[in-house]
Amino acid sequence: MSVENIQPPIAVAQPDTPPSPSLEFWQDFRKNAGAVAGLVVIAVLILLALSADIVAPHSPVLTNNAAFLKPPFWQQSGSLAYPLGTDAIGRDILSRLIHGARLSLLIGIAVVALSVIAGTILGLIAGFFRGVTEIAIMRLMDITLTLPSLLLAIVIVAILGPGLMNAMLAVAIVLLPHYVRIARAAVISEVSKDYVIAAKVAGAGRFRLMFKEVLPNCAAPLIVQATLGISTAILDAAALGFLGLGAQPPLPEWGTMLADAREFVLRAWWVVTLPGLAILITVLAFNLLGDGLRDALDPKLKR
Amino acid sequence: MLRFVFTRLSLVVPTFIGITLLVFVLIRLIPGDPIETMAGERGIDPARLAQLRKDYGFDQPVLVQYGFYLSRLAHGDLGRSIVTHEPVIAEFQSLFPATVELSICAILFALCVGLPAGIIAAIRRNSIFDHGVMGISLTGYSMPIFWWGLLLILLFSVQLGWTPVSGRIAVQYYIEPVTGFLLIDTLLDGDVGAFRSALSHLILPTIVLGTVPLAVIARMTRSAMLEVLGEDYIRTARAKGLPPFRVIAIHALRNALIPVVTVIGLQVGVLFTGAILTETIFSWPGVGKWLIEGINRRDYPVLQGGTLLIGAIVMSVNLLVDLAYGLINPRIRYTR
Amino acid sequence: MNRSILLAAVCTAALLTSPAAFAKTLVFCSEGSPENFYPGINTTGTSFDGNEPIYNRIVEFERGGTQVVPGLAESWTISPDGTTYTFNLRKGVKWHTTKSFKPTRDFNADDVLFSIERQWKEDNPYFKVTSPNHSYFGDMAMPKLLKSVEKMDDYTIKVTLNQPEAPFLADLAMPFAAIQSKEYADAMLKAGTPEKIDQDPVGTGPFYLVQYQKDAVIRYKAFPQYWGGKAKIDDLVYAITPDSSVRWAKLQKGECDVMPYPNPADIDAIRNDPNVTVLEQPGLNIGYLAFNTQKKPFDDVRVRKALSMAIDKKAIIDAVYLSTGIAAKNPIPPSMWSYNDAVKDDPYDPEAAKKLLADAGFPNGLETDLWAMPVQRPYNPNAKRIAELMQADLAKIGVKAEIKSFEWGEYRKRLQAGEHQMGMFGWTGDNGDPDNFLHTLLGCASAQSGGSNIAKFCYKPFDDLVMKAKTVSDQSERAKLYGEAQVVFKEQAPWFTIAHAVQLKPVRKRVVDFKLSPFGRHVFYGVDVKD
Repeated sequence: MSVENIQPPIAVAQPDTPPSPSLEFWQDFRKNAGAVAGLVVIAVLILLALSADIVAPHSPVLTNNAAFLKPPFWQQSGSLAYPLGTDAIGRDILSRLIHGARLSLLIGIAVVALSVIAGTILGLIAGFFRGVTEIAIMRLMDITLTLPSLLLAIVIVAILGPGLMNAMLAVAIVLLPHYVRIARAAVISEVSKDYVIAAKVAGAGRFRLMFKEVLPNCAAPLIVQATLGISTAILDAAALGFLGLGAQPPLPEWGTMLADAREFVLRAWWVVTLPGLAILITVLAFNLLGDGLRDALDPKLKR
Repeated sequence: MLRFVFTRLSLVVPTFIGITLLVFVLIRLIPGDPIETMAGERGIDPARLAQLRKDYGFDQPVLVQYGFYLSRLAHGDLGRSIVTHEPVIAEFQSLFPATVELSICAILFALCVGLPAGIIAAIRRNSIFDHGVMGISLTGYSMPIFWWGLLLILLFSVQLGWTPVSGRIAVQYYIEPVTGFLLIDTLLDGDVGAFRSALSHLILPTIVLGTVPLAVIARMTRSAMLEVLGEDYIRTARAKGLPPFRVIAIHALRNALIPVVTVIGLQVGVLFTGAILTETIFSWPGVGKWLIEGINRRDYPVLQGGTLLIGAIVMSVNLLVDLAYGLINPRIRYTR
Repeated sequence: MNRSILLAAVCTAALLTSPAAFAKTLVFCSEGSPENFYPGINTTGTSFDGNEPIYNRIVEFERGGTQVVPGLAESWTISPDGTTYTFNLRKGVKWHTTKSFKPTRDFNADDVLFSIERQWKEDNPYFKVTSPNHSYFGDMAMPKLLKSVEKMDDYTIKVTLNQPEAPFLADLAMPFAAIQSKEYADAMLKAGTPEKIDQDPVGTGPFYLVQYQKDAVIRYKAFPQYWGGKAKIDDLVYAITPDSSVRWAKLQKGECDVMPYPNPADIDAIRNDPNVTVLEQPGLNIGYLAFNTQKKPFDDVRVRKALSMAIDKKAIIDAVYLSTGIAAKNPIPPSMWSYNDAVKDDPYDPEAAKKLLADAGFPNGLETDLWAMPVQRPYNPNAKRIAELMQADLAKIGVKAEIKSFEWGEYRKRLQAGEHQMGMFGWTGDNGDPDNFLHTLLGCASAQSGGSNIAKFCYKPFDDLVMKAKTVSDQSERAKLYGEAQVVFKEQAPWFTIAHAVQLKPVRKRVVDFKLSPFGRHVFYGVDVKD
């Protein structure tokens, strides 16, 4: 309520024609150095992931029986043939990290896509149909939220069996309630607005209302939550990998690499340090981007 | 208010029954069998396997098993572990204090660092300090804590030798558990060396588990303070010429703390997820590690009972936070 | 002011209560929590270790060996037909006194009778207490073997068997045959808390239990009235430390004296530590990759041979076992009698392998699965990592192997059902007899679905040899038959033999006279520490 009040009077100085929404969004976004940095890192990661086969110096699964646990090149006995060293069975860490980017981005995007789509549909249904349907859906979501997310994901993976696909599915299920709640809340607040009532009066069908009128109007919070959700998805999938329940060797998923390297923690710091660093940088980039998007898309949070 | 409390409470029972059903069905869907898992390379004679499955009641349909489970649950019986044959509730009781002690320390750590950092960042908005705090807290928020723990062990325990590698207390100290919280038990015992040992074992796990809540609290405090500082009454107070410290400490902080406290309350579930990983890394004898082992051994009663108890605790804390929030902020009573 | 008084009081209290400086303490960094304190239902070495200080059996294994020596029975006689055993029990053996139980009498025949019947007779009130699954009692075929167990007098027990069984005495020395107090059991039954005898254990062993905190610590104290004389150490502590690198860090810092199962990656560093000795002993085990000989393409011996030549065994030992394993060429370990050292292992030769594969009709390679167990086993520290190495090696001769894994119980069941094409597995010997490996794991009898011959290998010349060896009593004759069987085995290559794991035990130099057990147990009676 007081947001407008504290806006300094610069607003008056704006040109007569307001900038287009997308231009305005970009101008807001550009001012946020962190968000831009996040975007750049993500762009680089995407490029690496797409060109992994060309960029990576070695195959991610090729073992070299003559080069177990070689350190990175700047250390003694390291060599530029393996810039970031090798793991316990002589695979190039750099190549594995680059190929791992592919997996982590895939995990992040697929998991979020899955839970956003399913979550939005459930949320729209709950928000539109109310009554028993709503109670059933929302109760189930409440129950899911009550159990610690990692524990629930572990149980789901235990049922489905360890593996990349199953881990992704488990994380998607765990993230689902957030999207259901957002979509439902948005629907409920939108439904009472004039344009929806107008459309209803004009005789629009329920599904038309749901998808043509209401959905576009609650897209902003969903986009923000989805971007932040990618980082959660990557973290959770890596945690499952770390517990041995995620992607299975020889897939170069970062969490799995870390789990596989744990026993060498005293002997070869690089096999433990580098995959974790890769996770941290990627997750941080998505969080920076998500924060920036939120600030730019959600005027209420603008300060 | 009473009506709010009543509606909120009436949701608890169906949610809890829902949890029992969900947990029970999910766990029975896990392939593998505790008896087979224990058998090892030798395997087990099919006739004896059938007899044992019958003894444990695994031969009944799942819904029948669920019915038995519920009726025993109503009497407070969570069954016995298939591996240790101890009552699940007793195992939980012996391990839970370790998890709680660690969690409380982690939250205190997060508060002691996160609150002041958030407040100062808000006051000195856009300063280097503000950017630093926000940058560090976002990094903390993005941290894969299982890796963070390994790094800290590598640096402080292995390289520098400042902290112990794992466990809760050095083995030479013999402390009879009274409360189960070693920091308290060692003091009750009057053994300073044991107390210091327990404390030094707590440092790294506390930092690791506290990292994410710390980041959340710092960010939350900062934005809540910023909002409050922009309110009319703060400007009025300032205009009246009250000293800045008084304005911040008395007027702003008190109002900014409400959302922060709520966030802390809602972090309980998140904290437990962190506890599973932290306990695994530091060999901390708590319930997180116990549940992971329960899954690996297909120890159904442990998994069921443990998950149920954790769910019940998270639910109660959320309920308390909700009620407290409703008490403080009357608006919330009607919006739900 | 007040605060400093309080501090002073706390400090004084600390000084007064600090433990007696002269108690000799030995700390064992154990790898996990015991299941409980009743070995009769335990299945893991971890649990047997936890119970070892507390209990005795009527006969025992000599420390550091496999010889059976007197325990709670001073002596015994065996009838000429080998079916009747008469045990003369030791007199004046004291039970532990604990918080929940004060014994009024010494150990006697009632206790032996109780301890056997508890596992044997379903009408015994204790049969189902804690668990009805008396795993080892069943595995050792006791229910089929025992005809009667009678108390002749307070210190004489007569056991009658249905048929003669040479390993029977050795079976009674195994941990599952621990003797519990009948007096304690009766008292607890009366009090309505029978399961207490398995939680607050009372035994006749050299140490009694003082404290157990799950996943943290087990404390024992030397039992002064122990019938064999008080132990040389006063306090025995098991510091439960699941992570092997952490165990090593603790041993290095002197926080523990003995540690089991070192991380292979740390062995070099451990050997270089001047304060630590590494005891080692070849284990009675084998880790292998079995080809399913009843499935295509592994029904063709050329394919099996080709794949055996394509895998770099040395690299597997170097990368995964490091110095904790020795390359295996035979299905039995080298320390076992009848081991045929003349057998030549298949050389690592990808070129020849490729050619052989082409001869067998696969010039462009083939596709197969490769099963790897999800857990660490005594004979295989990391099956998945070995699978990755094998996969990379096989790719070089055009064989595309897909790594598969299941939950451990499921894994064993499916392997035994023969669902795999190639699968890793292994074995740890029970009694040191070659029959326990060659017949149990490779004979026709166990090749049917569900049997422990997971190569499903049924080859008449081989089976004839091991079957004949079963019926011969002369050991040198048997050794010859087994030696031939190993040659046939290598020709037929139903397994790619990977390695025999070596038992390695880092021990601090202050520990005196710790002996490795061939069964992998940890026994601390008789061990001393010097400062």
